[in-house]
Amino acid sequence: MNITYLEAIRLAQQKALAEDPRVFIYGQDIGGFGGAFKATKNLAKEFPGRVLDAPISEDAMVGMAIGAAIEGMRPIVEMQFADFSTCGLNQIVNQAATLHYRTGISCPMVVRLPSGGTPGGGPFHSQSMEALYAHYPGLVVMTPATVEDAYTMLLEAVALDDPVIFCEHKFLYYHLKAEKLPEEALPFWKARIARPGRDATVVAYSAMLHEALAAAEELVHDGYDIEVVDLRSVKPIDTDTILASVARTGRLLVVSEAWPWGGVAAEVIARVATEGFGLLDAPPQRLNARETPVPYHPALWGTHRPTASSVANSLRQLLEL
Amino acid sequence: MTKEIARRSFRLMLEARVLEEKLAALYRSGKIVGGVFLGRGQEALSVALGVHLRRGDIYAPLIRDQAGRLAFGDTILDTLRTYLGSSLGPMRGRDGNIHRGRPSEGYHAMISHLGAMVSTVCGSLMAKRFRGETGIVGATCIGEGGTSTGSFHEGMNMAAVEKLPLVVVVANNQFSYSTSNDRQFACDDMITRAAAYGMTGRRAIGNDLIDCLKVLGDAVAAARGGEGPQLVVADLLRLVGHGEHDDASYIPAALKESPLGRDCLDLAQQALLENGWISEEELSEWRTIVEKEVEETSAKVLREPAPDPAEEDWNAFSVVGRNLSGEDEE
Repeated sequence: MNITYLEAIRLAQQKALAEDPRVFIYGQDIGGFGGAFKATKNLAKEFPGRVLDAPISEDAMVGMAIGAAIEGMRPIVEMQFADFSTCGLNQIVNQAATLHYRTGISCPMVVRLPSGGTPGGGPFHSQSMEALYAHYPGLVVMTPATVEDAYTMLLEAVALDDPVIFCEHKFLYYHLKAEKLPEEALPFWKARIARPGRDATVVAYSAMLHEALAAAEELVHDGYDIEVVDLRSVKPIDTDTILASVARTGRLLVVSEAWPWGGVAAEVIARVATEGFGLLDAPPQRLNARETPVPYHPALWGTHRPTASSVANSLRQLLEL
Repeated sequence: MTKEIARRSFRLMLEARVLEEKLAALYRSGKIVGGVFLGRGQEALSVALGVHLRRGDIYAPLIRDQAGRLAFGDTILDTLRTYLGSSLGPMRGRDGNIHRGRPSEGYHAMISHLGAMVSTVCGSLMAKRFRGETGIVGATCIGEGGTSTGSFHEGMNMAAVEKLPLVVVVANNQFSYSTSNDRQFACDDMITRAAAYGMTGRRAIGNDLIDCLKVLGDAVAAARGGEGPQLVVADLLRLVGHGEHDDASYIPAALKESPLGRDCLDLAQQALLENGWISEEELSEWRTIVEKEVEETSAKVLREPAPDPAEEDWNAFSVVGRNLSGEDEE
């Protein structure tokens, strides 16, 4: 049995709907059609009245989830693309994120964001939004990089009393496969050593984990042993695991598909610089997407975002510092 | 129209007016920081919605709804505690003035972004539908300016698509802060929007308590009875500035002197007296009782502790960063 990352998301939602009567799913084209990517295929049929087509109203979709969460439901909102979540940004950052601090009432809801670039996606179907949401207090931001994490972390997200922005990567939907789904997993807030090593640490998350792992394999031929840390969740961020890795290697490269300004890579470097400066043998580095909108043509897109090859080049430079 | 509901509504209007006069005085004397936003001139419309709601309903008032809030169960004490930032109030100094509520009791705490509460109330109504609860109404209020937002439109459309038991009250008070209606919308009559959304539209005379009670009573009953969302539009005039910092000099004198500018509290008092539903003596007695309660509550709250930054829980999460699953995750 080969389970894709996308199927893991569908199965997690099926399990959540089956086991918790408070769960419902709301989003565009997710009912009989099964969603633009088929992440809810057959779920409307299996759970009548609980997988509902929404009007093209991202603001109201999120507002509706907040009101339902206040009344004790566990809504999952599917954004058709992460990029469109900006139309619901106000409800997410000003209402969902502030609710508990202001009123003492939890806001248990999950907003699923089909995130990141694919060839031909272009400026409005390719964005990585995690830094934007992580900026606001009160939001958990999950960025699973594996089939197993897509499954277990989505279930954790539904069970959590806090609002969760679930960044699922579209490039991984069909590319990643697993033999079976896990019964147990690391808690979502723990980073994972995806590949142990001793010469340098690469911190990555989501689709960039796989570029980083491929780069690490490439550097084996150069005689280097690279450690790769998968953040899994960017908020909360597991600074301890990052620092422990840097303590072993003395060198840090952070890779992110998002833009550099005020991003997750910048945050990781800031934390290592302020809390673990003495652990560093060289200036910490980051590799992000280029500072333009995400281009449409595959030739441009392929160099806009970090790749195994550009990660390997950055690592070689870091190792010479 | 029953005598009792009119008497109760008038009493709540009086409480709102006296309380808000105290809030203005506290603001002028520097006791309240931030803003003070009053509903003077809008109490009749506001209370007419509040008195028709019950425990178990959902209510998301906006900034000029002191009277409706008191009708729904908010108190003079909670109002003063929120405005004065008492650590004992429902918002504990974390949010102030009209941004108060008790969401677990169906009383949503508005955010400042206009229109946002429409879909939130829809969501609470959806939750009740999922649980099979019937006979529930959700209600929210907005000014005519707030109807220009995308959020308002999305929420209205969603309510209509889902045929939710929602009542939306638009207080058309002619000015959105300082902007007059000719710069706010171009349709001849806002009530036409109801048909466009697929809702029932109703019009109320905004400064006439008896009319407001009838129209809001009908609207709430229709929503409760399964007739779908209701839009109520009422023309009136805000008799104060947007906030107490605003002298409202942009409102023309002619408008203030028109029927629109008549004070709903005066008109309601006159109506109650004419119907023989209240006597001059009782009116005077009510005013004395309300003034005493407001003064005593204000004095009490002024002595209450302010929030302590050293004791504050500086964590915006409900569970994350706390002792989740027996482990400290940070």
